[in-house]
Amino acid sequence: MNNSVYDGLPRTIRIDEVVAARAPWDGFVQAGETLRILDLEGNQAVDFLLYAAHDDAERYSAQDTIVAQANILLRAGSILMSNEGRPMAQIVATTVAYHDTIGGACSCESNTLRYGHHTKSHHACVDNFLLTHARYGRGKRDIVSNINWFMNVPVEADGTLGIVDGISAPGLYVDLKMQMDVIAVISNCPQINNPCNGFNPTPVRVLVANDGPASR
Amino acid sequence: MSTSSTTGLQGARAHARAMAGTRVEAMPTVPAEEAVDLPSGVTAQSMVWEETLGAGGYAAKELGRGGCLRLVDLRGDACVSMLVFNAEHPIERLNVADTMKVQWNAYLQPGRLLLSDMGRPLMSILADDARTHDTFCGPSNEHTPRAYGDCGAWGRHPNARGRLLLGVAKFGLGRKDVHPCINWFKGVRIASDGATVLEGGPFPPGRSVRLRAEMNVIVVLTNCPHVLDRRPTYEATPVRISAWRGPVTAPDDPIRNATPESLRAFLNVEEYFRR
Repeated sequence: MNNSVYDGLPRTIRIDEVVAARAPWDGFVQAGETLRILDLEGNQAVDFLLYAAHDDAERYSAQDTIVAQANILLRAGSILMSNEGRPMAQIVATTVAYHDTIGGACSCESNTLRYGHHTKSHHACVDNFLLTHARYGRGKRDIVSNINWFMNVPVEADGTLGIVDGISAPGLYVDLKMQMDVIAVISNCPQINNPCNGFNPTPVRVLVANDGPASR
Repeated sequence: MSTSSTTGLQGARAHARAMAGTRVEAMPTVPAEEAVDLPSGVTAQSMVWEETLGAGGYAAKELGRGGCLRLVDLRGDACVSMLVFNAEHPIERLNVADTMKVQWNAYLQPGRLLLSDMGRPLMSILADDARTHDTFCGPSNEHTPRAYGDCGAWGRHPNARGRLLLGVAKFGLGRKDVHPCINWFKGVRIASDGATVLEGGPFPPGRSVRLRAEMNVIVVLTNCPHVLDRRPTYEATPVRISAWRGPVTAPDDPIRNATPESLRAFLNVEEYFRR
């Protein structure tokens, strides 16, 4: 067993799953627990949203998060804020210099704008989010500006912006310590038309850990 | 019977009706054809909306495809938060991330589109002599401590998010429909280290933005201090809203044909209206 996957995590591993390439994932994570998303093969964009478990109208707000830290880049220490002005999670550790929260999620519809109508049938993150949401009575209204772990979206002085080659690598990760009970929703991005996945969508690993009694 | 006495019904009705004709700065002109500030080149008969929003004000209106919307920062210190929805199916709405990403630029300027989350332009930016706008910071909220006190949406210093909620609620929408918004007239630029830099002015009076509706849209507007505005007093000078009917965007329109992305966006909205 490769112990380095668990290094730095609280001692009790409650969830340890591989999310297949292109697939969605969702899970309940309790306040105080740590969620680790691990970029197994490097430069895999992981689209991510959070909802307050008790009231899913309270959800991750990129705008509130950017305002709270006066910066668009998510780094170690960044607090992920909700649309009600409450902290949902904190990045307590990450081995990637920064992550993105302005690039949004790909969709079949935006793909036709960005690349052409030949991409309309490509699977996309919005469809992953919708499939997950549909199981809980949520839908398109619940999709808001998301986080893109391991994705690189520079902004130049004249405002030019876009997705370029990522700065992640195999085995790098991000750890979130939850500040409230949340539903975490992931789309393991299936995009093949820009560099966000190195033109090759790959699996990622999701772990949830806490300081509870050891599982043995 | 005294007309000033409201102890009885006759007096109460007379008291209410005596207010007719009162004019204040922050009010709509109804009918819009009687606009006090007719934009040049626009006929009175084509006007559909004229309204001035004061500090903390909000308004929401449905506009037809092809119509124009002008916002004027009358005295240089307005901040207009905006949400836009497809009036026919409000599940389709302004997507700020797509607006920036698809058009390869973080800053709104003339010739750019306000994109929906469904690959279609909701509005296009025809003109803009302000050039200080914000796609990153969103509306002010009621939680940020302010020197001027409580920021509940019902009070004297209302927060923009709460006022947006009221605007969407008047169209049957709710908390889940207050999405990331655009702020007009206050700029936020991004430094090389990712830091947000407020361009808060105050600015010279009279700057304006002119938008064209590319779908039938619901527009929700508020005029509240920008979330990064740290001044000790609640400051937002009036904004004039004007809207008028116009023709559907023509195939040779320069904004439509400006980039490969804009062209496909217009192909998508033209396809949407093919029925």
